[in-house]
Amino acid sequence: MPRKRPVPNQFELKKCPTGIQGIDEITGGGIPGGRPTLVAGGPGSGKTLMALEFLVNGITRFNEPGVFMAFEETGEDLTRNVSSLGFDLDGLIREKKLVIDYVYIERSEIEDTGAYDLQGLFIRLGYAIDSVKAKRVVLDTIEVLFGSLPNEGILRAELRRLFRWLKEKGVTAIVTGEKGTDTMTRYGLEEYVADCVIVLDHRVMEQISTRRLRVVKYRGSYHGTNEYPFLIDRDGVSVLPITSLQLASESRSEWVSTGIAGLDAMLDGKGYYRGSDILVSGGAGTGKSTLAAHFVNGACKRGERALYFAFEESPQQIIRNMRSVGIDLEPHIDRRRLVIHAERPTFWGLEMHLLQMTKLVNQFKPHVVVMDPITNLIAVGLQADVKSMLTRFTDFLKAEQITSLFTSLAAPDPGLEQSQVGISSLMDTWIIVRDIEAQGKRNRSLSIIKSRGMNHSNESREFRLTEKGFLLEEVPPCASGASSGTGQPPSRIRDRRQDGRVPRLRTTGKEKGR
Amino acid sequence: MRNEEGQEPEEDMDFFQLRLYVAGQTPKSLAAFANLKRICEEHLAGRYRIEIIDLLENPTLAKGDQILAIPTLVRKLPEPVRKIIGDLSNTERVLIGLDLRRLSEKGRT
Repeated sequence: MPRKRPVPNQFELKKCPTGIQGIDEITGGGIPGGRPTLVAGGPGSGKTLMALEFLVNGITRFNEPGVFMAFEETGEDLTRNVSSLGFDLDGLIREKKLVIDYVYIERSEIEDTGAYDLQGLFIRLGYAIDSVKAKRVVLDTIEVLFGSLPNEGILRAELRRLFRWLKEKGVTAIVTGEKGTDTMTRYGLEEYVADCVIVLDHRVMEQISTRRLRVVKYRGSYHGTNEYPFLIDRDGVSVLPITSLQLASESRSEWVSTGIAGLDAMLDGKGYYRGSDILVSGGAGTGKSTLAAHFVNGACKRGERALYFAFEESPQQIIRNMRSVGIDLEPHIDRRRLVIHAERPTFWGLEMHLLQMTKLVNQFKPHVVVMDPITNLIAVGLQADVKSMLTRFTDFLKAEQITSLFTSLAAPDPGLEQSQVGISSLMDTWIIVRDIEAQGKRNRSLSIIKSRGMNHSNESREFRLTEKGFLLEEVPPCASGASSGTGQPPSRIRDRRQDGRVPRLRTTGKEKGR
Repeated sequence: MRNEEGQEPEEDMDFFQLRLYVAGQTPKSLAAFANLKRICEEHLAGRYRIEIIDLLENPTLAKGDQILAIPTLVRKLPEPVRKIIGDLSNTERVLIGLDLRRLSEKGRT
């Protein structure tokens, strides 16, 4: 949340921070202070939770007591439903910071015998507000009254009076409303609550559901107009307006080792830039994950934190597989330097993945992030969507100065070096690993297609995956890529780098002995 | 709070204990009270008690009986509890609401 705010314009609305991650950013500081805001959405879209979080945050973070008037759920239900989120409503009620008033009307119990008004509701609400000196009020969902009270004309006039009265009281209110078929709310509440309208949505595309939020209207204030995905989990509601990021991240010239000495040598002798993004693409079984594991291992050994998003394998599988190439990730996990977050791509929609990953990054604050492999995300989104999502994710990581490595499964045809998601243009460094089949065996080779801002090697190097890990061979294969193999004697092919310098190749004892 | 006492003992199954919720002496409240008094005298003479609750004086009581609309008449006894909202100007509806419709018809036939 941006703490620094522009010099307030004297005509600018007073804003009331909701304390809900993301919403305050989208609205430029919160919902209109001292005025009602309408939160509309279908059943199960998260209205009640969002409203309640607004109240609880008001109490716990902004010292603004609140009143929750529930027309649908009883106070006990409400308390129980949100206790899993860590909201201790009973405690807040005991501290006289919160009032929950459950309004119950059964239509069948009520007989209509003439003119009436809603003075009873006003008195109840007024008493509740005064009893805790509330600054925030939630009415959830007041539209229920339309189903239970007779004479819609009177009801509408009374609701208009109610919203006016809330404004006079100077409380910041959230009024929730059920989504209507043609209108924002079933009974057209948007007509009365005209200052700020937030619509929540719960959409299913390709059998994957995503919650979305949009600020439809905010009178007298700028606001983000996009639909933002949001998440409800054990921390409550979080919205990540990640689309608002700009290309303004600062570029540092600090280096991060790739975790493989030979590869560092190929990258100007130093490795990747800190805060840059690296794409490793290649066919199946070419060693992409191993390259990623080396990177993570190196970071953890330096005492940095690493976050590994696995879309194919479980953490246990990764640990076992990497042990076979001599990388032990387990101690890093035990020392809380490494978190492997494994998730099936189909578990959530793309936006939710993005949200979830961003959230984890914010919590864990890693120095390096690995996504393995990004191509699996195509299972849940169109290519264009995957690209847009990855763009936003890499922008976010860059802004946080996190070095990120993405693996991408490319078609086995070595001529086809298009990375499937077409995100290679976004990446600072692009490494291709390839299978070369020759003389009855498969050899692996690695080449650096690009690495922005550094003198990287232009050679194509063979490598082996040994029990000691990733081993780059000394000899670059010939142009044909076929005649070289581990059996060939070392020929003195000069490595030509862009600056024409000849680097010293690092060799391991094993290679020398060959 | 003021009581309009009927004389019958409250244990009587036919005894009506009624509560009228108002908010100050508004025209609607006064009308409701006048209408109620008239209907009770006509149909429940001697078998009722009316309690008037002014929510302006006792705002907490609005919660107990789930009062939103004013005026609201609550039939506490005989059970089940019934609620009647409005100024009670529609006598027919008041009688239905109080479940007196059948009673009064029975009385006439």
